[in-house]
Amino acid sequence: MLETLRDIYAVLWVDLRFLSRNWAKTLATTLVAPVLYLLAFGYGLGRGVSIEGYSYLEFVIPGILALTAMTTTFNAAGMKLHVDRMFYRCFDETLMSPVSAFSIIVGKTLIGVVRGLMSSVALLAACLVFSPLPAVDLLFPLTLVATCFVFSFLGVLVALIAKSHQDMSVFMSLVILPMSFLSGTFFSLNQVPQALSIVLSFSPLTHASLCLRASTLGQPFPWLSLLILSGFGAVFFALCFVVLRRANA
Amino acid sequence: MEEVIATQNLTKKYKEVCAVEDLNLRVNSGEIFGFLGPNGAGKTTTIRVLTTLAKPSSGSIRVSGFDVAKEPDKVKKVIGVVQQHLSLDLDLNVRENMELHGMLHHIPSGERKQRIAELLAYVGLTKQSEKMIPELSGGMKKAAMIARALVHKPKVLFLDEPTVGLDVQARRRMWDLIRSLNSNGTTIFLTTHYIEEAEALCQRVGIIHQGHLIALGKPAELRQKVGMVTVEILVDGKFTRYEHFPDREAATQHVQRLPPEVKTIVIRESSLEDVFVELTGKKVGED
Repeated sequence: MLETLRDIYAVLWVDLRFLSRNWAKTLATTLVAPVLYLLAFGYGLGRGVSIEGYSYLEFVIPGILALTAMTTTFNAAGMKLHVDRMFYRCFDETLMSPVSAFSIIVGKTLIGVVRGLMSSVALLAACLVFSPLPAVDLLFPLTLVATCFVFSFLGVLVALIAKSHQDMSVFMSLVILPMSFLSGTFFSLNQVPQALSIVLSFSPLTHASLCLRASTLGQPFPWLSLLILSGFGAVFFALCFVVLRRANA
Repeated sequence: MEEVIATQNLTKKYKEVCAVEDLNLRVNSGEIFGFLGPNGAGKTTTIRVLTTLAKPSSGSIRVSGFDVAKEPDKVKKVIGVVQQHLSLDLDLNVRENMELHGMLHHIPSGERKQRIAELLAYVGLTKQSEKMIPELSGGMKKAAMIARALVHKPKVLFLDEPTVGLDVQARRRMWDLIRSLNSNGTTIFLTTHYIEEAEALCQRVGIIHQGHLIALGKPAELRQKVGMVTVEILVDGKFTRYEHFPDREAATQHVQRLPPEVKTIVIRESSLEDVFVELTGKKVGED
């Protein structure tokens, strides 16, 4: 147990070293897109609009938080591992050390979580300048951490599968980008045709934004969504093991 | 003599292609073993299998007595690996790369720091310890990789093409480093396609060709099989023909019998390179 924790820390340590050298740059680049969304959609388009009884700005902030948590964690966990494997080719060094697959996967996931939380908290602080969130409760940090874990696992999984830089960018264009706009982040799923709403319920981000919204706006908490979100996380985590074992064949 | 590496009918297939077939290899404790072969012969595949990075399709491997397939973690503790390509984390400096390796190998913090300082001095990188990897020269990067591989005091060190791309001075420094490691008791498994390198460093060599081990022994023994003396004859001013003879007398007699129009003739000691070319075919790399 203690040894596992130590191994996880060793795997995480490398990426923390990188982060400590580049935190300002890292933070700035991950905040550009969400702040633009906030200004363009929240302030520009959405002024005077109300959704489900909230101002659009109040409605959209949890959505933007959810998509920021997703893209930051996915990129942070996925890109670094991808670079380690395909470009620096130093991932073999980790594989040749007596560290378990569990520790490797968790360690590589945690850097995504750390960076995701860092960006989310910074964004949250920026959001509060524009609009107070009516009713933040304890389920908010819980959901945020869960969201970061789910997409960090996904990042590690995709990075373990991707054979080229193109694979990574194809996944980001075809899956991450559409998911970030459509998963109930900028609009309510009640507004769209039922067929589309059913399709979108297969997106983990849909459930993340439902939970984050409920826990910031004082709505009844969608426990089922949290369960589904956790389910996605468990599946991504399990698949990481399968892929890592296969890569080592 | 104790065997550090022993493979039994080791076979590695990638889909239908057999990269290594029925390899039986013994490497003794304390020796420098050279593993030679043309490009694509199966050298790197063999190293990947021996170092737990790939699983054998069939056959078994023991490293320091541990079964690679069944006890990979025990094997990982006794091997050090320097891969052919640069495999340092470019986002870390030299010392941090070594720190990471030590942490992954469970070396306690105090011991790790001391060991890293010693190794940096040993490979001559003390001044560069805080430099980021991209700032280093090619020779320094290789030295850093070797230093890193030694942090956990491996019994056997795998060096895959350690001198490829180095200038002559750096290569000679690397040779000295390898010899000095070996004299301190580390067994070394070296692959190279510079045959003179193997001849200079290795007590025994194995030659692999198209996935098969085709020769195994001391460089001098292998030379003896081909002939200790080589005659080079330039034919029609276009290509060189190599002929091998057991001794200088036989070679001289042969040269005297040649027609007078053959002019450019060299008689010299045969080398491991001649053995290599004889065994692996004259058109290495063209097939």
